[in-house]
Amino acid sequence: MANEAYSKPGLWAWINRRLPVDTFLRSQLLEYYAPKNFNFWYFFGSLALLVLVMQLVTGIFLAMFYKVGEATSFDSVEFIMREVDFGWLLRYLHSTGASAFFLVIYLHMYRGMMYGSYKAPRELLWLFGMIIYLALMAEAFLGYVLPWGNMSFWAATVIINLFGAVPVIGPGLVEWIRGDYGIADATLNRFFSLHVVAVPLLLLLLVALHLIALHEVGSNNPDGVEIKEKKNAQGIPLDGIPFHPYYTVKDIFGVAVFLTLFAIVVFYIPTFSDLFLEKANFEPANPLSTPDPISPSWYFTPYYAILRSVPSKSIGALLMLIAVSAFFFLPWLDRSPVKSIRYRGWVFKTFFALFTLSFLGLMYLGLQPAQGIYVTLSRVCAVPYFAFFLLMPLYSRIDPVKPVPERVTFHA
Amino acid sequence: MRKLATVLLSLCCLPLAALAAEASAEPAATAEPPAPVDWQSWHAGNSVSDLASLQRGARNFMNYCNGCHALKYVRYQRMANDLKISSQVLEADLLAPGSGNLDYISTALPSADAVNWFGKVPPDLSLITRSKGVDYVYRFLKTFYVDASSATGSNNLADPSAAMPAVLSDLGGVNQAVFRQVGDDKVFDHFLTSVPGSMSSAQYDQFVRDTVNFLDYAGEPAQIERRSMGIWVVLFLLLLTWLSWLLKKEYWKEVH
Repeated sequence: MANEAYSKPGLWAWINRRLPVDTFLRSQLLEYYAPKNFNFWYFFGSLALLVLVMQLVTGIFLAMFYKVGEATSFDSVEFIMREVDFGWLLRYLHSTGASAFFLVIYLHMYRGMMYGSYKAPRELLWLFGMIIYLALMAEAFLGYVLPWGNMSFWAATVIINLFGAVPVIGPGLVEWIRGDYGIADATLNRFFSLHVVAVPLLLLLLVALHLIALHEVGSNNPDGVEIKEKKNAQGIPLDGIPFHPYYTVKDIFGVAVFLTLFAIVVFYIPTFSDLFLEKANFEPANPLSTPDPISPSWYFTPYYAILRSVPSKSIGALLMLIAVSAFFFLPWLDRSPVKSIRYRGWVFKTFFALFTLSFLGLMYLGLQPAQGIYVTLSRVCAVPYFAFFLLMPLYSRIDPVKPVPERVTFHA
Repeated sequence: MRKLATVLLSLCCLPLAALAAEASAEPAATAEPPAPVDWQSWHAGNSVSDLASLQRGARNFMNYCNGCHALKYVRYQRMANDLKISSQVLEADLLAPGSGNLDYISTALPSADAVNWFGKVPPDLSLITRSKGVDYVYRFLKTFYVDASSATGSNNLADPSAAMPAVLSDLGGVNQAVFRQVGDDKVFDHFLTSVPGSMSSAQYDQFVRDTVNFLDYAGEPAQIERRSMGIWVVLFLLLLTWLSWLLKKEYWKEVH
């Protein structure tokens, strides 16, 4: 059918005889069947893509005015805020975008955990997603250093020093990353290079792989039922609907709601009470004056709370590494016969609820000073956090699961 | 008859007597120690949409702060445009001698002299409200007190051992701090004005609020534009949300 259409005259056919645009759009949108029972939690994938594009575009414009260098970075950010037409808007879109990116990604990951989207056959899809998450953390940290405020400087100091916990090569590694004996101009320059070239390229490649893997295996859904197992005579999944137009129009609605909330933050609460832009970062980097307390951005605080809860730096760093990388192993830790939380038993639900509370608790505790009750509570929260992963092979097997329906549940 | 007149007269005088009693109660109340001042809960309560306050603040800054402090990221002309200050007023009253209207607001104080006199260069104030907050600046300007042990002769509650002298005491008066003993610590209780300034306490409070308001503006000049633009963006996006919901509903009618 397609070949006939392409033999016609006209530009569209001419292009398609040389590049499979039409075939690609058909296979990926019009004839890509997604389960019809997606709920609220399924907005965050497309929103993550939106935020990625927004960060790239605002980043390109910011880089036109930003001047990297110990002596120029801080001033050039203020130049953007005051003298560049709509520079303040670009900067706030980018700084709010960084926090929005993590909010959206955390909800996207949480969705995957609720509905067992990491389980077979979507293990690679999950792994690509996890590498995106790590790359995003690197990208956010690198970008945080660029305004060269005092918190930029000290965050860089603390985070890079963590690499000193690596046995044997630690001290040399720290020096190699900094390119100097302290956080200095050389560090700032390479962070700029990594932030605007290396990591964005990596992110785009990973997002492409994530989407290719998704379209190969198809989306999971809130019931955790494989829609490809029940097809009609034409080979179309009975519970599937074409991505375009059904999910494109639905996602446009999600985008509009998201942008409304996003605009309220950008225009009315851009610093978000010190959570998105910190007071200490409106002072230029000063190696002689340590901000008190040094706290990372809110999206890193769960891991930061774990790091601080142990007196030994190397054990703290190791626990933090485990806390982040534990997500990678979920496809193999989870031995349950069902995917979705809807059909899991009370054992899994209990562990999952405790994990959720401990993650949020650690996020709050990481923003508090590292003393007294906060450290004790961080230790208390770390227990269910690690138990959720480490004990999963046991409790997911003995969990009293419910029968999974043949077809997805959907109410028009 | 005489008796009656006395009774009537005394009845008439009752309200007067009550007034007299009230009047005599007043000095008794002031004789009691004033309530402790909780300066840490003071708020600047400023608003950058109050143009008159911003203009007064700009005047205050140029007259009282600019001798030592610069606003190195703020241009005179930009300030005049944002604050609706005419070019005549800008040139006659605000522009520092030797400065052009496109120049950044610098200070005439040489850094080397500043270090000799105060031990440090007075900080640039462009971002002071962003890095410390408006409430901090307000409390700082309102809590200078006499301290003979300090090199400047004064001290500050918000920034103990501040290098800045109490330069605004001509306006706000010279304050003595009264401390009370709590355990081993001396805790600030209240101020006693030993030499009144040229302003009443309400006038000085307004002076400080206007100045803080201006510094709030100087910390982010775009905030005036940001707030006025934001409402239209949000309204547009709400309209888009509503339309996209209708579109979604229309398409999903056919999904069963």
